[in-house]
Amino acid sequence: MKYMLLIHQGSTPLPGSDEWEQLSEEQKGKVYGAYKEINENPGVTPGQQLQPPETATTVRVQDGRTLTTDGPFVELKEAVGGYLLFEADDLDAAIELAAKIPAASMGGAVEVRPIGGW
Amino acid sequence: MVAVLEQTFRDRWGYVLAALIGFLGDFDLAEEAAQEAFAVAAERWPRDGVPSDPGAWLVTTARNRAIDRVRRNRTLAEKTRALEVPTATEDSVDETTFPDERLELIFTCCHPALATDAQVALTLRTLGGLTTPEIARAFLVPEATMAQRLVRAKRKIKAAAIPFRVPPDHLLPDRLAAVLAVVYLIFNEGYTVPPTRGDLAAEALRLGRALAELMPDEPEVHGLLAMMLLLEARRAARIRDGELVLLADQDRSRWDAAQIAAGRRVLDRALALRGRGPYVVQAAIASLHADEPRDWAEIAALYAELSQLTDSPVVELSRAVAVAEEQGPEAALAIVDRLPLEHYRYLHATRGELLRRLGRTDEARDAYARALALAHDDAERRLLGRRMAELGGVSGPPAG
Repeated sequence: MKYMLLIHQGSTPLPGSDEWEQLSEEQKGKVYGAYKEINENPGVTPGQQLQPPETATTVRVQDGRTLTTDGPFVELKEAVGGYLLFEADDLDAAIELAAKIPAASMGGAVEVRPIGGW
Repeated sequence: MVAVLEQTFRDRWGYVLAALIGFLGDFDLAEEAAQEAFAVAAERWPRDGVPSDPGAWLVTTARNRAIDRVRRNRTLAEKTRALEVPTATEDSVDETTFPDERLELIFTCCHPALATDAQVALTLRTLGGLTTPEIARAFLVPEATMAQRLVRAKRKIKAAAIPFRVPPDHLLPDRLAAVLAVVYLIFNEGYTVPPTRGDLAAEALRLGRALAELMPDEPEVHGLLAMMLLLEARRAARIRDGELVLLADQDRSRWDAAQIAAGRRVLDRALALRGRGPYVVQAAIASLHADEPRDWAEIAALYAELSQLTDSPVVELSRAVAVAEEQGPEAALAIVDRLPLEHYRYLHATRGELLRRLGRTDEARDAYARALALAHDDAERRLLGRRMAELGGVSGPPAG
């Protein structure tokens, strides 16, 4: 069973931000360590890094005209900040991995979505 | 014979369906096969007699039908595990016993990735064998809504690969709590709303008994069953002439003494397993409430313990009621006035009662009025109305 884990940063401090700089070296190290460990999990295909949601452009087509808006489809805080793919036996395994993603415990959330398969 | 058949179907549905889901790996296919097998039984058993092991007969028959169906349908075959099975002749019923997989089933139905209302509906449908219209009626929602809820839940189990298993040890405490919460919720639906929907309470008891049989070493499972038995034993006395009767005013001769004894036996089992979780404590409280005179100090102490475990202001409110009996209304009011339960009708009803006892009649009337405004149903409204009327008409300044 394959899942996509969509990482929503929420209020999670992102590297480069003031909030991030306020974290101790130990806290920062833990976040990097956690991501490293996740990416080394044999079932995981790491996602590519996404630029922050401020850089997103949302596209709609109405009556044949292409309309663009500045920013993500949802609110900035709710936007997808990253993703990874995970091949696992079942949903419990995917939930366990999702819970290890730092964003899940630092003010964000992870959405677990099964992929294809019908 | 029809009654015997219905009873057997009722008793075996969960077992048969669980075995089929375990075998086929598909809820819908399993449900169809189970229904088919029950239909065959309804036709044959009256003629040929009930087989020695009805459950195994039903599973075997359903399994054979399902395999035939899968063989006829290649796309279906690709999706199920059934193909690896060597042979299936229509009516060879070998009556081997199948492992009881009802636990796997209930843990799947109560998986936290499903919404609570879906967990409840699915549990009643699969383990309880209630039909969709029955569940819809019990929860006062349109049939189409309930059908949709069940379809969606089953689809998610399949699409997201929610595992069909008893969770491993590190997940078990949380998952078991979720299962017990679903059973308790079903019980409560059947217990608290007048006119009481006894069928749901009975269903919860059946599930509770099954869990106690399947998980004999889990104290909280016994705690929940004991609590349900002890509360259910008072059912007949809770409503008199369509009116809700509070515990203190209940006619004890209408309590089911045998059921209270049964509840206490189950509670003893939970205590022997060194259980001290929320359900065990609630069962112990329910047991003390069945005594006369009641040991209010002990009841208050158990509520304090429960409050520690659950961190719930509603439990604190119950503790206050016990404290009122033990130490007087003043001490109880001090507890009640600390609680963040502004919109909870029982908080105001309790305040009203305590204030009445303290002779603060006007404040009592205000509190009852607030409770009345928040009341959920007519029986509650009438009870509160009676309480207000008992305060007397226009009152002067509080006496004393």
